[in-house]
This record gives sequence, structure tokens and C-alpha cells, in this order.
Amino acid sequence: MARPKIARKSTSVDMTAMCDVAFLLLSFFILTAKPKPSTAVTVQTPSSVSSKKAPEENMIMVTITKDGKVFLNGGDNAEDKAKMESIINSLNQANNLGLTGGEIKKLVNQPIIGVPLANLKQQATLQPEQINEKSLPGIPVKDTANNELIKWMRGVVDVYTGGKVNLLLKGDNLAKYPYFKNVLTAFKKNDLLKFQMVTEPENVPEGTVLYKQGGEAE
Amino acid sequence: MAEMDTSGGGGHKKGPGVKKSKKLSTRVDLTPMVDLGFLLITFFIFTTTLSQPTALKLNLPKDTDKPEEQTKTKASGALTIMLGKDRNVFYYEGELAPDGSNFKSSNFKEIRDVILSKKQRTNPDDFMVVIKPSDESTYKDFVDILDEMKINVVDRYALVDISEAENQLVRATEGEAPATTPAAGK
Repeated sequence: MARPKIARKSTSVDMTAMCDVAFLLLSFFILTAKPKPSTAVTVQTPSSVSSKKAPEENMIMVTITKDGKVFLNGGDNAEDKAKMESIINSLNQANNLGLTGGEIKKLVNQPIIGVPLANLKQQATLQPEQINEKSLPGIPVKDTANNELIKWMRGVVDVYTGGKVNLLLKGDNLAKYPYFKNVLTAFKKNDLLKFQMVTEPENVPEGTVLYKQGGEAE
Repeated sequence: MAEMDTSGGGGHKKGPGVKKSKKLSTRVDLTPMVDLGFLLITFFIFTTTLSQPTALKLNLPKDTDKPEEQTKTKASGALTIMLGKDRNVFYYEGELAPDGSNFKSSNFKEIRDVILSKKQRTNPDDFMVVIKPSDESTYKDFVDILDEMKINVVDRYALVDISEAENQLVRATEGEAPATTPAAGK
């Protein structure tokens, strides 16, 4: 009697196809991932149940650090940079700052603006690496008489006339309320009445009214 | 693992005088490479989703001096919440009694029940929450209380400057109150 021959099959699998898939997915994720926004200033934002994503186009962001320093920056894309350039340009003309075209370009390419208007010329000489919350004094907002953010916001309103501007406010957990109030004053004086506050996402607590409604907050 | 033996097989028998020409396999084990690929994918997925911040919308009312344009609320339906330092929360319903008898202190954990009970007791058309942050409160307190409005689905809330009388009451209560657990997150 001849024993039936059992063909011995190798247990190892060809990994080539799986490897292809893995790297295809990898390249897809790398290409679609957006680089983290420039973090010249580190801010710990509070959390909220809001599930709306922070916009990244047509945006002007005002940052308040925990020491109450106020910084301003625009979006990263070319269109926003052009808008930022016109904002600085209009401020330059309105306040006779004497900035040259080259200096304005340099300011636009810096990650963040945080000096009094009179010192913009000096900030233009700094390298982007030198810009952080320690080296810059921040835009003065402390008292209503010298709230320069009002001037900045006027520039924003002038440049974005007709278009929609996404005004973002990014405050540190420990920033005192009066600084926030001064920033609000600057918004209000220019009739910028809609803005969004950047927060970390947070789960809706169980059992609350919003949770029962499905937990989607704008 | 993932290679096959391609050497040998069929063909001629090697004679004693024939030199052995060793055929090396061209197959490479790809398992570690796959591991690496998936590891990187996981890394990218995690970092991209976590870095996307959310935004909390806030519409401000236009400042107006004309009384006819100002929003009127029934005092009975109003709940005023004041934010003090060290995440203390104070509240009163309706109008503040001259002797401060309806002025109560609370914290971020308990304020939710206060808002809910007030909401259930009042006519939805009259219900309004007035938020008054004091100068000692932080931005986090303010966002947290706005968050509380979202969580409890309060549609009408207003941000109002704190008055001197309220400020004094807040300070006086904070002076007396035993130090609550600092930085008690919600």
C-alpha cells in the first residue's frame, strides 16, 4: 500500500505585498498630514466639548500667554501671507512707521508678531529662530489708552472688507481675565463680534443634557 | 522565513570533480520592513489627529448705550455666575439682595447642578445666564464656564463686567472660605 504523499507546504508567507501596502499607506498619511503650526510661543489651551475644527484659512490668530503678553499671527498659506502684508502696510501708512517693503516682507515671514508698533522695525531685523515669547515684549494691550491691538484689528478689518475673516483667540489656561477683556475690547471697537477660541478637544460628560442630545456642540 | 529554496532542484548531478557553485537566494525577508512600515503609520495617525485643535465659537453683542437696543431679561429668570480666583465660583439668582443673602459660593463641579436646577425651574424664554468674571479669574475659568453653557445647552448667556458690590462680596467670601483644593480640574 502506497501511502498518500502529503505535500509539505512552507508556512512562511510572501511579505512583499504586505510591505507594499504598508508603505503605500505610510506615504498617504505623510502626504496628507499637515505640519504642526509654528509654535514660536507655547500656550496651554483650555479644553472644551466643542467638536468644530479650528479653521486654518483666512485666519488671524491672537495669542495670550500666561504672562499676559499678546501676539498676533496670520495663516501659513500664500493668500494669508499676502493679506498680512497688506495689514502691516496699512498700519505702516496710518502710523508713519517708516517700514520699507523689504522689512514688511520679513515681518510677514516671521512666525509671530509681538512688539509695539514703534518697534516693528527692530523685529524685522530678527531671525525667525530668535522669535519666542521671551525675546518679544508682546503687543501692548494693558490700558485702553494704549491698546495697540485696536490698531491691528482696524488693519484687519480694512484688509478683509467684504471677505470673511476667521478670528481666532488662543489663550493660556493661566492668563488672567483682564488681558482677555482688553483683547475683547480691541475686537469690539472694530465691530469684530464673531470669533473663535482655540481649545483642546474634550469628551462630553456622561449624563448631561448635551450628552443626551448626541453630544455634538458647535 | 519568507524565502524559498531556489538552489538545487532537478538538473544535473554534480560529479566529484565539479566545483560547487553556491547559488545564493535573492529573496529578502520583508517581515521587519512591514513591521517598520506599520509602526510609522501608527505614529503618523496618532500625531495628526491629536494636533488638530478645536474652536469654541463666541458671538459678542454690540456695545450700545441706547437702552432700547439693550437686551432685557426678567430678573426672575436670570442666574448670575461670578468667577473668582483659584477656580472659585459664586452665583445668585435674580437680583442681588442688598445684604447679599442670596449670594452663594460653589465650584466648577457643583455649578452644573445649579444651572440645571435653575433651567428646570424657569420658563425657557426668561432663562438667562449672566457670566461675570472677576479680575482674579483666569482665561481657563472663562472657557470652562462657556463650556458649561454648551454642556447644559444654555442658549442665552451674556458676558457682563463685574460690579463693585459683587466684587467686594467675592473678595470677602474668598477671604473667609477655607482654601479649596487648588487646581481641581473638572
